[in-house]
Amino acid sequence: MAEITMLEGIRQALFEEMDRDPAVVALGEDIGVFGGAFKVTEGLLARFGPERVIDTPISETAIVGAACGMSYLGLRPVAEMQFIDFIACCFNQVTNFLAKSHYRWGAPVPLVLRGPSGGSVHGGPFHSANPEMYFVHTPGLKVVYPSTAYDAKGLLKSAIRDNNPVLFFEHKFLYRRIKEEIPSGDYTVPIGKAVIRRQGNDLTIISYAAAAHTSLEAAEQLGREGIDAEVMDLRTLLPLDRESILASLKKTNKLLIVHEDTRTGGIAGEIAAIVCEGAFEDLDGPILRVTALDTPVPYSPPLEHRFLPNAEKIVAAARALAKY
Amino acid sequence: MNRPLTREQHFDLYYYMQLNRQLEERMVRLFRQNKIVGGLYSSLGQEGISIGSAYALEPRDWLAPMIRNIGALLVKGFKPRDIFTQHMAKYTSPTFGKDGTSHFGDLKVRHTVSPISMLGDLIPVMTGVAMAGRYLGQNIVTLTWIGDGGSSTGAFHEGLNLAATQRAPFILILENNQWAYSTPVSRQVPLKNLAGRALAYGITGKTVDGNDVLAVYRATKDAVEQCRAGRGPVLIEAKTMRMKGHAQHDPAEYVPQAMFAHWKARDPITRYEAYLTENKLWDETKKAEIDARIERELDEDQKFAEESPLPPAELAEQGVYCEGCHEIKADWHRPKSEVTPPKSSVEPTWTVESFGGVEAEIPGAKEVALSDNGAQASPAVEAEPRAKPAQQKTDGAGERLRVPFGRGPKDKEFVKEKSFARTRHHKRGKR
Repeated sequence: MAEITMLEGIRQALFEEMDRDPAVVALGEDIGVFGGAFKVTEGLLARFGPERVIDTPISETAIVGAACGMSYLGLRPVAEMQFIDFIACCFNQVTNFLAKSHYRWGAPVPLVLRGPSGGSVHGGPFHSANPEMYFVHTPGLKVVYPSTAYDAKGLLKSAIRDNNPVLFFEHKFLYRRIKEEIPSGDYTVPIGKAVIRRQGNDLTIISYAAAAHTSLEAAEQLGREGIDAEVMDLRTLLPLDRESILASLKKTNKLLIVHEDTRTGGIAGEIAAIVCEGAFEDLDGPILRVTALDTPVPYSPPLEHRFLPNAEKIVAAARALAKY
Repeated sequence: MNRPLTREQHFDLYYYMQLNRQLEERMVRLFRQNKIVGGLYSSLGQEGISIGSAYALEPRDWLAPMIRNIGALLVKGFKPRDIFTQHMAKYTSPTFGKDGTSHFGDLKVRHTVSPISMLGDLIPVMTGVAMAGRYLGQNIVTLTWIGDGGSSTGAFHEGLNLAATQRAPFILILENNQWAYSTPVSRQVPLKNLAGRALAYGITGKTVDGNDVLAVYRATKDAVEQCRAGRGPVLIEAKTMRMKGHAQHDPAEYVPQAMFAHWKARDPITRYEAYLTENKLWDETKKAEIDARIERELDEDQKFAEESPLPPAELAEQGVYCEGCHEIKADWHRPKSEVTPPKSSVEPTWTVESFGGVEAEIPGAKEVALSDNGAQASPAVEAEPRAKPAQQKTDGAGERLRVPFGRGPKDKEFVKEKSFARTRHHKRGKR
């Protein structure tokens, strides 16, 4: 057992999967000799060679399109977006080519599209985005967004072994800030399963990625105030773990949803609809949400601080909810 | 250079072109009878391109049709019934009614990738197929088509640029049919010969008479050989004319009548029939025999399609994800050991061949300067491919810049367990 960062967990998953299966190849901008903008792919080229670790031109559409073509021949490409914001450049390939391939003509697309996402790093409007919901709204894709080193490694392995296109979001604020001990052997974490990070009885906080850590921080503070919050980490946004959401709600009867994504059209709205359809009678209060503002991600620290959800905002919302 | 076609192969070309045309004429009638539920796009006058280029491929090669390449699907082994049922949205169609027109494919046998309606996106995808084929040692060539209009898209540029930097065994047939929906090619591309676009990628570009099936065949056959020899990709512009509107609903009144007349005199099938006759490759009996075979096959397949059921409604909910319904297995034609450590291990450095700057010798720069933006009178544009595959080292090259990167995972236990220390600086052996 060794203590590793989330970034290290992702890198280990890539190394181990490429070791295990020569059908796994990696491609993207600056991923080879340079080892990637965040050094996630460092060492891959040295070990697996230029046929399997491909430095591409700055061409997101070409990267994703080529990865799709490779997958048609039975390879399992892992394509990197240098920042996940740039996935907007290949939106058509992702939503029309990859996502519809199996449904339209029965051609599976076993590939992973991964990249650093999220704010809190003063990256400004084009290096901080959380564009997951464009893709959660696209049938045919799977969307994974881990918050721990253990999950990141296990989920990336599951994503690489999956027969469908999986979008794998890596919150860059968490890359080197969180560490944990993980087992040394091969393991996977199933796609589509949420996890309870903190047991509680008074209300449920559902979150994911960096916001899951913020929610845990808020739950500790709430605990000191006598409010016993349960914290659920979704881990996968598509397919959503409907059963776990309803089970927790039925236990605590109150629901607060926290995400770093912007408010309108965020996953909170979908979860609220699921709860209203599936457990309306169990609700003892309104479904509340703490999210980022409906604005682009601003650059200057006080602006970004205002934009993002934080423990303070979560605690305030939870206190209001607990009063019902 | 290619070997001359046999008599049978000459008949094949006629058979497929005529089958393509007769199939589409029947579909026009079906469309007017409201039996085609969606749009119908004509390739009238462009049959020579689909047939000539697809016929130059081997069965192991891959293609991806665009909307006017039904003929290529026939060459690749799909049957007229596949086309009829696709257009009529029948349950018996290759997509079970989930998609229409030429939007279908076959990964296993016919090596055909289904297109999407957005133009240009097949270019990076087929580049990826070509790269994977090379990686697996399959020695395949991939081919797709694009229109004059589609060559204005970003995906065209990104795909062709990646193919060029990778030296991918990929052929792009640019069907210049003069019209992008209602907009003439002059408003799409400021080039006389669209093959001139090849110069921008440092790849071979050629312009051929798209209404001469043999010219298309020969140009594609040359391109296939060039790709197989590792000197791809190739861009072939085939000049032709879209003889109908964009689709059935469009009477194409924006096209001058004289332009239709000009091209009708150059119809690819009429021309090829005359060629076969002049060269005494066939006679009236042979022609009648092939035509009768086409009628028979189309009768049978049209009947099959018309009698086929529509899909059950519940099918709409099925098949979004592959949940074990497909086995994904790469077809390896080379030892896996070649691409696995320690054999795959390399020194992770770049070999920089030139330090850049205006004084640097750039092979081919002269041609670019003299090319007058591709507007030269010569129909052939030849730019010697010069991009080397990534990371390829040339022995005895002058200055090399070595960038020490690629240290591998930092976790000591992990490093030890995976023996990175041993292989990190291992140079890749020559194949």
